[in-house]
Amino acid sequence: MKNLKSKILNGLFKIWVFLLSIPLVLIYVPIRGIVRQFRKIVLKKHDVKHHYQGHNRTLLALEKGALGSNETAQTNRNFIYFILAAITPYLLFVIVPFLMGIYFSFTNWTGLNTGNEIFIGFANYKNIFSSFAFAYSFYRTAIYSVLNIIFINLVAFLLALLVTQKLKLTNVYRAGFFMPNLIGGLVLGYIWQFIYRNALPSIGGILTNSLISNPDTAMGALIVVITWQYAGYIMMIYIAALQNVPTDLIEASKIDGANAWQRLRTITMPLVAQAFTIAMFLTLVTSFKQYDTVMALTQGGPATTLPQFLQNIFAAPNRTVESLNLMAINIYDSAFVRYEMGVGQAKAIIFFIILLIISLTQVYYNKKKEVEL
Amino acid sequence: MTNERKATFILEIIAVLLLVAFFFPFFIVLMNAGKTSQEIINAPMAMPSSISQFYINVRNILTNPSVRYGRSFFNSLFITTFSLIFINISSGMAAWVLVRTKKKYSTLIFMFFLAGMVIPFQVVMLPLVRFLEVLRSWTGIPFKDTFHGVILAYMGFGAPLSVFMFHGFMKSIPIDIEEAATIDGCTKIQMFFRIILPILKPIFVTLLVLNGLWIWNDYLLPVLIIGMNGKVRTLPLAVANLAGSYVRQWDLILTSVVLAALPVIVLFLFAQKHIIKGMTSGAIK
Repeated sequence: MKNLKSKILNGLFKIWVFLLSIPLVLIYVPIRGIVRQFRKIVLKKHDVKHHYQGHNRTLLALEKGALGSNETAQTNRNFIYFILAAITPYLLFVIVPFLMGIYFSFTNWTGLNTGNEIFIGFANYKNIFSSFAFAYSFYRTAIYSVLNIIFINLVAFLLALLVTQKLKLTNVYRAGFFMPNLIGGLVLGYIWQFIYRNALPSIGGILTNSLISNPDTAMGALIVVITWQYAGYIMMIYIAALQNVPTDLIEASKIDGANAWQRLRTITMPLVAQAFTIAMFLTLVTSFKQYDTVMALTQGGPATTLPQFLQNIFAAPNRTVESLNLMAINIYDSAFVRYEMGVGQAKAIIFFIILLIISLTQVYYNKKKEVEL
Repeated sequence: MTNERKATFILEIIAVLLLVAFFFPFFIVLMNAGKTSQEIINAPMAMPSSISQFYINVRNILTNPSVRYGRSFFNSLFITTFSLIFINISSGMAAWVLVRTKKKYSTLIFMFFLAGMVIPFQVVMLPLVRFLEVLRSWTGIPFKDTFHGVILAYMGFGAPLSVFMFHGFMKSIPIDIEEAATIDGCTKIQMFFRIILPILKPIFVTLLVLNGLWIWNDYLLPVLIIGMNGKVRTLPLAVANLAGSYVRQWDLILTSVVLAALPVIVLFLFAQKHIIKGMTSGAIK
């Protein structure tokens, strides 16, 4: 009876794996070669060395009986089954498009000539590096990310310090500060668009003119929104780290006469350095990839003139640009608004490389500051 | 002693004030969701004159053809639920064999999964849309604007983080339990679902929260795979669609915003303890 049940379970499991790998099965021909190579490596018989063979045959027989006679082959087949369900969609929806994307960035794909695009070498990249729009977009994204990282982490750390004190309603505060993070970027964008366009101007004073229609204040307005959304989440990371700081260290420093600021600087901060690494990495990546909130808030932002130094570099006087045209938006626009898919893809590749370099550098430098207890 | 109590009291007040400030946007939205369009334009900071307008607005949204709230809500729920189940189980299985197989290729495959964590969606999105068309012409199965297409896409994009976190957690589970189970005649599948999965519960919850928030609120992936007017469009798409077709009709937009945010907030209020614990324990790992 038990055996039957396990057989049914086994069968159901195989059906499930099969269903999940339908795409793989259906494009079997191109993948067959890879799979064969893979199986060859995996199913290779490993010669197990039994040092005690001859000395204790009964033990060996017992072990064989318990583990099944061709145990290695069984394990290896299981290895493939178990990994298939995760790796198939990952290959199909991430890796294959990623590799295709590298190729497309070297073609003149426009979205209208799909299938007929031709290889044009580095022309797209040259095009991008000589365009002031992308340089401006990068410049704004860099400013935005730096300000964003500072503000979010500052606010989050202060909030974390606040709610780890002995307050009465700590759990309420934590849940409350975390709340904005539950709502999607797009929905948040509409909420704040209303606040900036209607609610705040009705108060009057300096707020009469909407903050998001002024190119000088639009970024500040966006940073307020993102900080409001994200600080609660980052706060949670800091709380977890702050709770791991041993209280006896704090007590000892109190007895030694250190004031609150000294305690924070010399004991708490070094001990939560690991949390700083993670939090800064997370804020950096989200700032760089910011798309839906900006889209819902200002759709790229109010128009402004190109800053003087970029006008000089690109010899492009008096051009107008969109002040919140961050990189993610720039990529989307060149692909789906101007239908320059090849250019958009090349921008995406540059974006990827920049993000990779910056985040690796950041993690490397932060790691050096971490202290092991 | 009194000094310290005074300090705590001041901190308590600061915290309450900050909490009020944090809730201010929600408050404005709720307040204006109960007004007519004209009232909102005239006095956005005033309290609504009567509660019945809120019901009228909600009914307008529920019957609005460009939102199709019930349908979109179901789609979002379906996609999120199944993506979460599939991501977690498939990544858990993969991570388990990757940890337990001490071979060079398993490290290589693990590295291969990790590589996905640094690939931003923007790099993959354009070729992905095209590749889905290619897949359709090869197999005859449509992937765009279908449940399985979106769910498989989320499985692909969710796999790296999930495999990474399961892998990290799994290393701390002693192998003795599994050996004992093998000797008792447990098959691999039984072992995974009966022994490993229950042990993985804490990290499982973390991933449910992280992936759940991401998938429920995601906009860019659905807009590309499903499309603004797709059959299986999710709640964010419905809101964007409404905001696109009724520009600055704040009574409709704000009510739809309330209705879109409500399910997650209600869920949060009920499962608050698990969600907060899940988020923090996952982040620091």
